[in-house]
Amino acid sequence: MKKFLTSASVILTSLLVANVAHASRDYINVVGSSTVYPFSTVVAERFGKSTQFKTPKVESTGSGGGLKLFCQGVGVQFPDITNASRRIKPSEVQLCADNGVSGVVEVLIGFDGIVIGNSNQAEQMTISLKELFLALGKEVPNPDGTQTLVTNPYQTWNEINPSLPKYKIEVLGPPPTSGTRDAFSELALEGGCKKIDWIADISKQSKAAGKAGDAALSKDLKYKFKSICHSVRDDGAFIEAGENDNLIVQKLNANPNAFGIFGFSFLDQNSDTIQGTKINGFDPSFENIAEGTYPVSRPLYFYVKKDHIGVVPGIEEFLAEFISNKASGQEGYLADKGMIPLSDDLRKQVKADVQSLTPIKL
Amino acid sequence: MKNESIQNKDGAAKPSTIDLVNKNLAKRYRAEKRFKAYGVAAILFGLACLVILFTDIIGKGHSAFLQTYVYVEVNYDADALDISNVNDPQQLAIADYSAIVKSALREQFTDAKSRKQRRNLYGLVSNGASFTLRESLENNPALLNQTVGLWLLADDDIDTYYKSRGDNKDDAFVGRLNPQQVAWVETWIDQKQIKKRFNTTFFTSGDSREPEQAGIMGAMAGSLFTLLVTIALSFPIGVAAAVYLEEYAPKNKITDFIEVNINNLAAVPSIIFGLLGLAIFIGYFEMHRSIPLVGGLVLSLMTLPTIIISSRAAIKSVPSSIRDAALGLGASKMQVILHHVLPLAMPGMLTGAIIGFAQALGETAPLLMIGMVAFIVDIPGGVSDPATALPVQIFLWSDSPERAFVERTSAAIMVLLAFLITMNTAAIWLRKRLERRW
Repeated sequence: MKKFLTSASVILTSLLVANVAHASRDYINVVGSSTVYPFSTVVAERFGKSTQFKTPKVESTGSGGGLKLFCQGVGVQFPDITNASRRIKPSEVQLCADNGVSGVVEVLIGFDGIVIGNSNQAEQMTISLKELFLALGKEVPNPDGTQTLVTNPYQTWNEINPSLPKYKIEVLGPPPTSGTRDAFSELALEGGCKKIDWIADISKQSKAAGKAGDAALSKDLKYKFKSICHSVRDDGAFIEAGENDNLIVQKLNANPNAFGIFGFSFLDQNSDTIQGTKINGFDPSFENIAEGTYPVSRPLYFYVKKDHIGVVPGIEEFLAEFISNKASGQEGYLADKGMIPLSDDLRKQVKADVQSLTPIKL
Repeated sequence: MKNESIQNKDGAAKPSTIDLVNKNLAKRYRAEKRFKAYGVAAILFGLACLVILFTDIIGKGHSAFLQTYVYVEVNYDADALDISNVNDPQQLAIADYSAIVKSALREQFTDAKSRKQRRNLYGLVSNGASFTLRESLENNPALLNQTVGLWLLADDDIDTYYKSRGDNKDDAFVGRLNPQQVAWVETWIDQKQIKKRFNTTFFTSGDSREPEQAGIMGAMAGSLFTLLVTIALSFPIGVAAAVYLEEYAPKNKITDFIEVNINNLAAVPSIIFGLLGLAIFIGYFEMHRSIPLVGGLVLSLMTLPTIIISSRAAIKSVPSSIRDAALGLGASKMQVILHHVLPLAMPGMLTGAIIGFAQALGETAPLLMIGMVAFIVDIPGGVSDPATALPVQIFLWSDSPERAFVERTSAAIMVLLAFLITMNTAAIWLRKRLERRW
């Protein structure tokens, strides 16, 4: 019994010590997107090994979760940096401002391609964004040509376009909580949706109404447009396969007729078993994504809390490592890991912004 | 009913009891056999699942215990390293060791001409090789300007290629390697400059994004610290609660209410405890995220109900005659509990506690909420250093794009299973060894 009492008291003391210790932190705390995580961690590791600073801690919380934590406030118990696979939203900027986080520096580090792929035992598909929307949208324009919506009637790919394969539409993709899914809806589905003139008109009308000062109508139309373009069918043709891209890749190997949606780095690593679908005639290759000809790619960002620079050691040096040529340059180690680097002009501009620590406008 | 009774009265149709028994006997034997077969089938099903699981995990993971090394003759050229004074530790620390590896590779493979080809060539050796070189030079400064043959860590793509290759070149998994890189590796294989060694890195280093440098030591240390906090908190608290409830507490509505609550808590999903921990320890007490202390606190909350319930059962099973005898000899209530009840109940309490700790060791969900699902390279040195835990490491690796992490994931599962089996065996051993029968 004596032993238990001693151990209990040891724990209580360490509790107190930890409470005191939370006044300082000697490692950088990074949270945020699971898409940026594989790149952020590589930089963190190299930074830790090549400098006298401790290795930053990188947590994968998702873009939204990361920004929420990040905007909780200023102080060592809050993260210093958050990664995001989309740009910060005005509501999040507001949340930051409400909690006293004023100086937030935005850093664009590169791009990530989203790939629709299948097993390479099957043939490679070539599809346009519009066809992709018709295959996966919940409600699609009536095939008879009238400007009405019907519940998606397409069961096989060749019903959409005779040149597409004959088998059933079966696509494995990430759930709505995932940033990959957000980006896919925005870039691929909305991109295809806009190719249908009368739906694109809704978006134009919304903008026109906004300019004319009718905010309510503008909002309604915008909502209508989004709900047409971002809704994914739920009749079994689109299967939510979880956040784990490796799992999707494995399932594709088992079922050659299925397609999957995942990040480019997974295609890069599994090129022996899976192939990417050509979209609008372009392969999801490193070069095509970097040049922007492959249409489904998204920017990767991270955000830095300016108030923490100087409080938590190493933030400036970590930033310098991240934007250095050997990390995010055209031939840097992040490119080896599957990130698509920025063009040289864009990189120069980002570098200048980071060096002067220009905060985003609130 | 009526018909039956009439027949019975007649007596003619009624067979004797022994006839009835004999007639049914074969049927009953068959039913008996079927019943037994169901049980055997259930066990076989379970065993089959276990065998499939183990063959899959071991089949995928066994190769992670070996690591590919390549033999490179490196010249510790002082100019290339930029070292003017070999006794200056600062210079040794910042010297460019990758430069001498690169020049050694260039010397061997003169066909790498263009910038791109050279980059591909440098990619054959892991960037962790620089640390090996630094270490050897720090240990032996006399090596400066000498040429030494060293076995250096190969890159993960080479590792996967060499492991999948076997004796036949065509079976190999080429993956991201280009034909020229394959040709270079084949040259190494022909010249026996490549071999597999036991993968000590896997057991001695922390996490890494380079599969060949990734290890589970960091996760093991994190699990250990977390578990230490859990043990130190939940065992004494659980036992104290159980003693009070069994030995002192009056039987009334309040204690009934507490009992119902404890039983309920034992069935609450673990993620709820994670949320609780997030709100209390991180939100209110403002502790850091991702530290084993918070993890241990959360897991103690989770294991407490299990420990209380098993400890109460153990205390209950101590015969009251022992208590009566001790009381009769003049022992106080506290003496009865400390000298007699607790020692006798200890095996049962320990068994329950160890099973609870094994459960805590394998838990991921609550750790997710408090930020222990993170990329942490440095091996934690205490309960307030950021850390992950073994099951979290498995989760993180399974989500990594690099192919070589597949085998490491399985290997980490094997390590975790080994720990769990050890703990559960310890529980059985303790019970067998300390158990007393009355």
